[in-house]
Amino acid sequence: MTTTATPTPVEKLAAGTADYLDQRTGVGTFVKTFARKIFPDHWSFLLGEIALFSFITILISGVFLTIFFVPSMTEVHYEGPWAAMNGVEMSEAFASTLRLSFEVRGGLLMRQIHHWAALIFMAAIVTHMMRVFFTGAFRKPREVNWVVGFTLLILGLAAGFSGYSLPDDVLSGNGLRITDGVVRAIPIIGSYTSYFIFGGEFPGQDLIPRLFTVHILLVPGIILALIGLHLFFVVLHKHTQYPGSGRSDKIVVGYPLFPIYVAKAGGYFFTVFGVIALMAATMSINPVWNYGPYDPSPISAGAQPDWYMLFLEGSLRLMPGFTEVVIGHYTLSLNVLIPAMVVPGILFTLLAAYPFIEAFVTGDKREHHVLDRPRNRPFRTAFGVSLLTAFFILILAGSNDLIATHFHMSLNDITWAFRVLIFFGPWFAFWVTKRICLGLQRKDRELVLHGHETGRIVRFANGEYIEVHKPLDAHERWLRVQHEAIRPLEIEPAEDSRGVRRKGYGLDRLRQRISQTFYEDRVEPVTPAELAASHSHGEHDAIEPTTEHAPAELTGAVGGGQHLVDPQDETTADGRNR
Amino acid sequence: MTNHDAGHGASNEIVTHEPGALPDRFQDPGHPDHHARLGDNDPKANKKAELQVVALFGISVIATLGFLVAYFALPPGDTPESMLRSNLALGLGLALSLLGIGFAAVHWAKALMNDHEKSEDRHVQRSSDENREAAVNVLKEGAADSAIGRRGVLQGAMISALALFPLAIIVPFVGNIGDDWNVSKFRHTMWKKGTKLATDPSGRPIKAADVTIGSVFHVIPEDLHEAEHPLDEKAKAVVLLVRLDPADLTEAEDRKGWSYDGIVAYSKICTHVGCPVALYEQQTHHLLCPCHQSTFDVADGAKVVFGPAKRPLPQLPITVDDEGYLIAQSDFTEPVGPSYWERLAR
Repeated sequence: MTTTATPTPVEKLAAGTADYLDQRTGVGTFVKTFARKIFPDHWSFLLGEIALFSFITILISGVFLTIFFVPSMTEVHYEGPWAAMNGVEMSEAFASTLRLSFEVRGGLLMRQIHHWAALIFMAAIVTHMMRVFFTGAFRKPREVNWVVGFTLLILGLAAGFSGYSLPDDVLSGNGLRITDGVVRAIPIIGSYTSYFIFGGEFPGQDLIPRLFTVHILLVPGIILALIGLHLFFVVLHKHTQYPGSGRSDKIVVGYPLFPIYVAKAGGYFFTVFGVIALMAATMSINPVWNYGPYDPSPISAGAQPDWYMLFLEGSLRLMPGFTEVVIGHYTLSLNVLIPAMVVPGILFTLLAAYPFIEAFVTGDKREHHVLDRPRNRPFRTAFGVSLLTAFFILILAGSNDLIATHFHMSLNDITWAFRVLIFFGPWFAFWVTKRICLGLQRKDRELVLHGHETGRIVRFANGEYIEVHKPLDAHERWLRVQHEAIRPLEIEPAEDSRGVRRKGYGLDRLRQRISQTFYEDRVEPVTPAELAASHSHGEHDAIEPTTEHAPAELTGAVGGGQHLVDPQDETTADGRNR
Repeated sequence: MTNHDAGHGASNEIVTHEPGALPDRFQDPGHPDHHARLGDNDPKANKKAELQVVALFGISVIATLGFLVAYFALPPGDTPESMLRSNLALGLGLALSLLGIGFAAVHWAKALMNDHEKSEDRHVQRSSDENREAAVNVLKEGAADSAIGRRGVLQGAMISALALFPLAIIVPFVGNIGDDWNVSKFRHTMWKKGTKLATDPSGRPIKAADVTIGSVFHVIPEDLHEAEHPLDEKAKAVVLLVRLDPADLTEAEDRKGWSYDGIVAYSKICTHVGCPVALYEQQTHHLLCPCHQSTFDVADGAKVVFGPAKRPLPQLPITVDDEGYLIAQSDFTEPVGPSYWERLAR
């Protein structure tokens, strides 16, 4: 349109700039390829965006804070507007935290934005990971990106922990003291690792400057690089999409990047930042001026670390002390090593390795771009829920003192209850979740075969009452039958036709056994033949319930299994997964 | 694109077939019809949505101006109330400024921009066979050009050089980062024979007569502030002092002389992971660590009665000097704080 009309000055300027850039960078090809790239739409895809946008919020507020924070452990005496701390001896780190909170205008707001954003960053990462896990978005070709995301989770923990400790207040100082105790428990090199971290004995003079470098340079640098890689993979693979009519592994259905996602994602960034600003305006977080500077002697009861560290705290609290053993002259502190390293080690290893385990036992080499509905993968869903259950039991165990004081219960009893629960809770959660998934799949079958209940009761001439069912329309039906029920692997027999035992049978047998554990219990989707059989049955009833059939139908009606399908009255496509 | 009607037709077709002639799986009915939004057909609704977007951007502009006014008009001041007011005003201004833009953009996209879904083909990630072959050939050519395979000595020299050079960075890094690497400092604290027990944080020496039965003192060595690194020393030397009725006190044979008239002193650093064990329950004589709830019985050698700690808190042998002040008989007889590998090694 504009090519035929006289260009306006703005258009001229834009064309000139574009020409200048393109001649030097070839950006035109890039714009042509990516500007209208299609992305699928779903609310759960926003969880990862929250993580990204809260990270940008962290960077913006973090740069502000670095200008005023002094990462030094030199002792000073505070003089300033916060009267309660006047004359108190504290590190420069703590003093500068007070200064930037009370004397720098907007400083307190930025500090609270930074801390809230960090909590939301971790929460968004965890929920985003849950979405990816439960929908099977980690399957080929996205296994590598799962590992990148997992690494980002670990780096997020490192970023959060190092930042939390910077103000050098009494609460975070005790967190570092615990870190020191945990590090010392490492066999053989524990004491040296403690010296490595603290630059000598705890707390030393070096820790805050070191943490500062880790927190503002090392960790965020790697996080930024990995976020770039993470998003590069998203573009390379094209985003996954939820199942639905018209969507397959061969095509991607959605809206173009420009203008829809430029506006939506751009707007979403401002919304996430805005919500965090609202939280920072109205909700106080980590008021270090009430805790006081770090001193190895005082401690407050009921203190909690930031939420993403609670599971470690809970794990430490649950472990009974008798597990510390002495071998010869050497102390092996299993009472610390198991909860602080082995337990998170198991949780994180299972999480990181799951895509590879599943690929191994499924024997599926195809690419997958259509997501699973969690119910259609009962083992995976149940496994994920049981991991989460273990995680949440540990989080609750990390709050056992607060539970005890709030509900006036015995702390020791609560601890014992959690000690038992951590073993049985995940198993129970696994069993219940798997049953729920199988039940939902049966419900899907039931709906496809017999349609929705309408609540409309029809009485036949022979006195029989029947409820009319509405069959699903093609779109809703497709949603409930599109998946494949994965069957356990079939393997070659142990011996070939000449009775010679073949190589690799052992591994295959193991693979088959795990595969059976994964996929033995399953509900297959309805086939066209099954539906046709059910319909012909129903239509037969609808047309003319003959006397010949009447006794059988009557018994059916008594049992509640009889119904009538009205094929002319389909449901609307509201069941489609958007 | 197939539409809703085509799907409907397909379903009827399935029903009329004989079961044997049916496909094994259902067919995808194709993309459903587009649902028109209110504003797609009604110009008034469209105009209304546009005005809403404009209003939201307008709110953002006003909020930013409000933020600037608050910045100059409401300094944080000297009182908690004025600090709170400043934070609230600035925060609300910023939040509205951001949320206005955010809501406006999202509303614009959802209500006014073209909402017809489009589709694009996907391609498998794997390179084509030709490309793979070409890649292998390119690498082979490169390897042949360098003749790396035939030059064994060069290969060895290169690998040695690359493997060794990081030492020039790692050795100074590791050499300096752990200070003097003398981990035996864990074994000793500032306490020595004759050091007066003083209250924390005032540093005032404690007279045995001032310690009533059931009372608790948080204790530091009197000369703590003369130490080179007081915090490092304090992290090891803090002590909790309690006076019990001597009848309640159970003492091991070899520690009979370590208390004074029912006054016992124990390290305040938890033997689990090192938190200060600061919660004393007078009725039960139990000391509780608030971090992980290890519980120690002060009346019985500070043995563990519950929780993740294994060892009792180390006891500081005490007595009184001529003036009646409590003093240490010696340093602790074992390392204080969390366990570590070589704790018991000689």
